[in-house]
Amino acid sequence: MTIASRDFRELRLDGVSRGFGALNALKDVTLTIQRGEFITLLGPSGCGKSTALNCVAGLLPLTGGSIWLDDRRLDQLRPEDRGFGMVFQNYALFPHMNVRKNVGFGLAMRNESKADIDRKVEDALNVVRLSAQGGKLPGQLSGGQQQRVAIARAIVIEPPLVLMDEPLSNLDAKLRLEMRAEIRRIHQYLGSATIYVTHDQDEALSLADRIVVLRDGTIRQVGTPAELYSRPAHADVAEFMGYRNIIRTEANPGSNGWVNVGIGGAEIAGTPLEGVQRGRAIAAIRPEDLSPVGNGPIVARVETAEYRGRDFYGTARTEDGTELYFRSEQNAAVGEVLHLGADPARVLVYADTAASRPAELAPNGIAA
Amino acid sequence: MTLATTHSVGVTEKPPLRLRLQQKGFDGVTLLVLPAVIFVLALFVYPFLYGLVLSFQPKEGGWLANYSKFFSDRFLYGTIMTTFRLAVPVTIFNIALSVPVAMRMRLMRRQKVLTTILVLPITLGTVLVAQGLLSYLGPQGWLNRTLLAAHLISHPIALLHNYWGVFLSLVITGFPFTFLLMLSYVTGIDGSLENAAATLGASAAQRFRAIFVPLLIPGLAITFCLSFVQAVSVFPSAVLLGAPAGPTRVISIAAYEAAFEQYDYSLASAIAMIMALVQLAIVAIVLAARGLFYRGPAGSGKG
Repeated sequence: MTIASRDFRELRLDGVSRGFGALNALKDVTLTIQRGEFITLLGPSGCGKSTALNCVAGLLPLTGGSIWLDDRRLDQLRPEDRGFGMVFQNYALFPHMNVRKNVGFGLAMRNESKADIDRKVEDALNVVRLSAQGGKLPGQLSGGQQQRVAIARAIVIEPPLVLMDEPLSNLDAKLRLEMRAEIRRIHQYLGSATIYVTHDQDEALSLADRIVVLRDGTIRQVGTPAELYSRPAHADVAEFMGYRNIIRTEANPGSNGWVNVGIGGAEIAGTPLEGVQRGRAIAAIRPEDLSPVGNGPIVARVETAEYRGRDFYGTARTEDGTELYFRSEQNAAVGEVLHLGADPARVLVYADTAASRPAELAPNGIAA
Repeated sequence: MTLATTHSVGVTEKPPLRLRLQQKGFDGVTLLVLPAVIFVLALFVYPFLYGLVLSFQPKEGGWLANYSKFFSDRFLYGTIMTTFRLAVPVTIFNIALSVPVAMRMRLMRRQKVLTTILVLPITLGTVLVAQGLLSYLGPQGWLNRTLLAAHLISHPIALLHNYWGVFLSLVITGFPFTFLLMLSYVTGIDGSLENAAATLGASAAQRFRAIFVPLLIPGLAITFCLSFVQAVSVFPSAVLLGAPAGPTRVISIAAYEAAFEQYDYSLASAIAMIMALVQLAIVAIVLAARGLFYRGPAGSGKG
């Protein structure tokens, strides 16, 4: 008996934990997913995101907590009784069945009539634009096509929830962009709630309604792509969201609610987060927000510069040895001295605590 | 270096023989195959052809006399059926036992230890196993004495010098081989396929039937052929543990008797040829049947 219905209000993970021996892959994860929502679990490898997905799918038993679909408890159910659609990283297409049989497998397991199966399979193949390939074996398809078959197979059973485990990681860059748009389109068309696991922040930003950032098996932040992009809650999240300049520094109260931080011998204003006002702090700036300006306070010598079409990205080093990633609209020659500055709203200042210290700043790492 | 020399000689001239051979895939390394070729020629091809010719030179009668003798004497042609009656059930039993064990083992962490234990009998050899079974299963053996002491049976059960003695010994010596083959085929099936089937609503039995079995069929066919051929050539255990005059008079015993009791090497060769043909026929049938099923990779596609 499966719960093959999209009519649910929310899926709730309540204190979900999963240990492997002494290792806690997932620690007390609590999360609510609304009907129709697209959630991405984002984090570096080993952060527990795939574990979380497998726990929801029922492929891994929990070692603590519970999972609820509205008021039905799911975590005791076997995967075949949960009725979620899952897309695997390696596609996991049945190699001995043609595309139609693969897509229709879930329907056949539900004992649907031949006519219903044929109709729904055709519909699903239309959605993923593979109607012409129905008779082929998976081995005869390209990687992108296989991925679309895997998606069709997962959505054809009209699951309340679709689970995707890094579905694009095996595709080349161009195909990945295409498939990303495709997944977005399919989600908008079908409206089933989706949990999407990825380590690629671009993928997460472009697909998700909400992003869940995981690190070491715990949730670090849950927010919309815009929130995570512009206001990461902690320094480690900032690092993961593309704030490549992560600088250990001292903070002092500044004017207009800013805090002043020292970077490369200069003092610049930033936005205080986590209530930091004074003392040890971490400043986070995206390379695209750190650029040469007329009266830029940070003086640094260009070490590398790469051409990116519209502008240049490069690294520069300050007098005191701090390496900075910057963006420039003019060509920056190696050895040239730049005066870099940043909008205080784009300089995020975090408390320097052990719990949120980015991986790059190991305890004995870069000196303050 | 060789290339440079060729250029200085000029383009019109033919490249040296060595280069031409190299382009066709023959070079010094090819010579390494020679010992194996000599081995096969001397120890397989020559004896086989010798036996084939010998089988057409009977002691008396026309050139087919041996074959007509074999197929007209029930005592001789019956051995084919006897051999089948042993080899086929033993092979099927071994495979049927291997698959579930292999399926369970693929999920285990200490695979190596269990594999070693299961494979140990392969190192013992048929005669040692037969010797062990003789003392273990005999009327005064541990098994019968235990069962008698437990009052489970009133008379010793006869497990020796009959069909079951040979059957058991073939299982013991054949299982490790069958198991190792099956284990590699079973572990070759991508575990994510089963997970995918589970998330699509397939119960364990459905997953086995719809995913596992079809992907395992090529492996089953190969394993069946190899295990079957091994069981057909049974000789020591048929003599030591079976009833060589009756129910376990397999074809190899007939050949042995012809050669070393009647000293009719020609007839013995003919029997050996028939034995080979019968095996080949079975293998051909099984492999042809395999062709009707999916034979591609058991992975989940690219990636």
